[in-house]
Amino acid sequence: MISFKNVGKSYPDGTQAVRDFSLDMPSGQTTVLVGSSGCGKTTLLRMVNKMITPTSGSVWIDDDDVATLASVPLRRRIGYVMQNSGLLPHRRVIDNIATVPLLNGVPKAQAHSRARDLMDLVGLDPNMAARYPSQLSGGQQQRVGVARGLAADPNILLMDEPFGAVDPLVRADLQAELVRIQRELHKTIVFVTHDISEALALGDQIVILKKGAEIGQAASPQQVVAEPADQFVADFIGVGRRSLNLHLQPSASGYLVVDDSGRPTGRLAPGSLSAAGLPQLAAPDPSGRP
Amino acid sequence: MTWILANLDLIAARTLAHLALSLPAIVLAFVLSLPLGWFAARYTWSRLGVLTAFGLLYAVPSLPLFIVLPTIIGVGVRDAANVVAALTLYGMALMVRATTDALVSVDPAIRLSATAMGYSGLSRFVTVELPLAGPVLLAGLRVVSVSTISLVTVSGLLGVNNLGLLFTDGFQRGILAEVLAGIGAVVLLALAVDGLLVLIGRAAMPWARAVRAR
Repeated sequence: MISFKNVGKSYPDGTQAVRDFSLDMPSGQTTVLVGSSGCGKTTLLRMVNKMITPTSGSVWIDDDDVATLASVPLRRRIGYVMQNSGLLPHRRVIDNIATVPLLNGVPKAQAHSRARDLMDLVGLDPNMAARYPSQLSGGQQQRVGVARGLAADPNILLMDEPFGAVDPLVRADLQAELVRIQRELHKTIVFVTHDISEALALGDQIVILKKGAEIGQAASPQQVVAEPADQFVADFIGVGRRSLNLHLQPSASGYLVVDDSGRPTGRLAPGSLSAAGLPQLAAPDPSGRP
Repeated sequence: MTWILANLDLIAARTLAHLALSLPAIVLAFVLSLPLGWFAARYTWSRLGVLTAFGLLYAVPSLPLFIVLPTIIGVGVRDAANVVAALTLYGMALMVRATTDALVSVDPAIRLSATAMGYSGLSRFVTVELPLAGPVLLAGLRVVSVSTISLVTVSGLLGVNNLGLLFTDGFQRGILAEVLAGIGAVVLLALAVDGLLVLIGRAAMPWARAVRAR
């Protein structure tokens, strides 16, 4: 488990990136820190592997205060995946994935064989092993980034907007892959994003942050949507505006789910009402009137 | 042409002597510029001072430097050490700036990512920052190599054995072919070393030429 205890971070120029942040992130689960840019979410993430040290309070991994751990070995046992992949441009894909095992002195053959297994896990064609990062698409680079983060089999995986720079279709793919991988591996994942739908798709625990990393709400995705803690949270996830306030609208082929502005967001699955113990709706009038 | 054919041995000997003076100076300028360039890149406050100081070196006229330098480092004017030392200084005048620029050009996101992977400071510099600075370093080194090979000839005025002696001797004795042979040999030598550097760069940095697949 990762625990933040009254953590604060202020800079010499007086800015307070984090005021007073306390939270437990349970092992084997995905905690998503979500908020607008400048809310301190990346700062919090980087405190876990000592890329940033808090100016007050402490961060704990299980029974260890992170401040007492040496930073280089600590970083090698924590996976890190960042936006735009952060791959080393002068290393081939296979060596990029094997970075941390090679740093740890694992023999090259063994590190490469592990890297090949990981390429398979994240859905990369084995032919890509010998390519350089610049020869891959953005989505492929992010897959390499995820594989690299997992290479040393860390318990903890830190992900800093890893899918922020790829197009929406690829992003959805990568999110689905991450959910599948996580079901298999049960890592403790800390995931930073500004995209609430990504947070809802991936998180076991969603932490909505206000300025200065003040917690707006920390709860399950279901709870956050059903019972937003305050107006800020409701606005942020869109319930208070229009995007998550959904209505049924009849159409020729069944009921559409639309938001407040009438934009369709999906279709009511057949049988979903009876599955929820609700009476069936009458077939919609083809004229479009309920 | 007859002069050249009759004196091929002399030209070859002068060329080897020329290389023996310029190559050590090029290598030394490269190696000594690394820590200075690292320092100027790492500590922004020092950059203006370091770069200006070494840039100004290039403004020192070469002939007086060849004569004054021996009194400072305690060698004879015609010693190879004197010529190599002077040329190293000129090389550093160009290379310290190139090294600084090369290290500054490394994407900060890559540096951050390497740190997050668990590279220690020194291993990150040697295995990540230095290779990524490679293309800009190479560009600087190519200028240094051509400039050094050309500057060596000035020491010919002092009687130091190198291709420059062909100019002075040819001028004094009125042999135009000897002067032209000297110029041609210097240009060819500069081109050859430059070509060699390019080939070394290609072999050492295959990633820099990897084409985008998309």
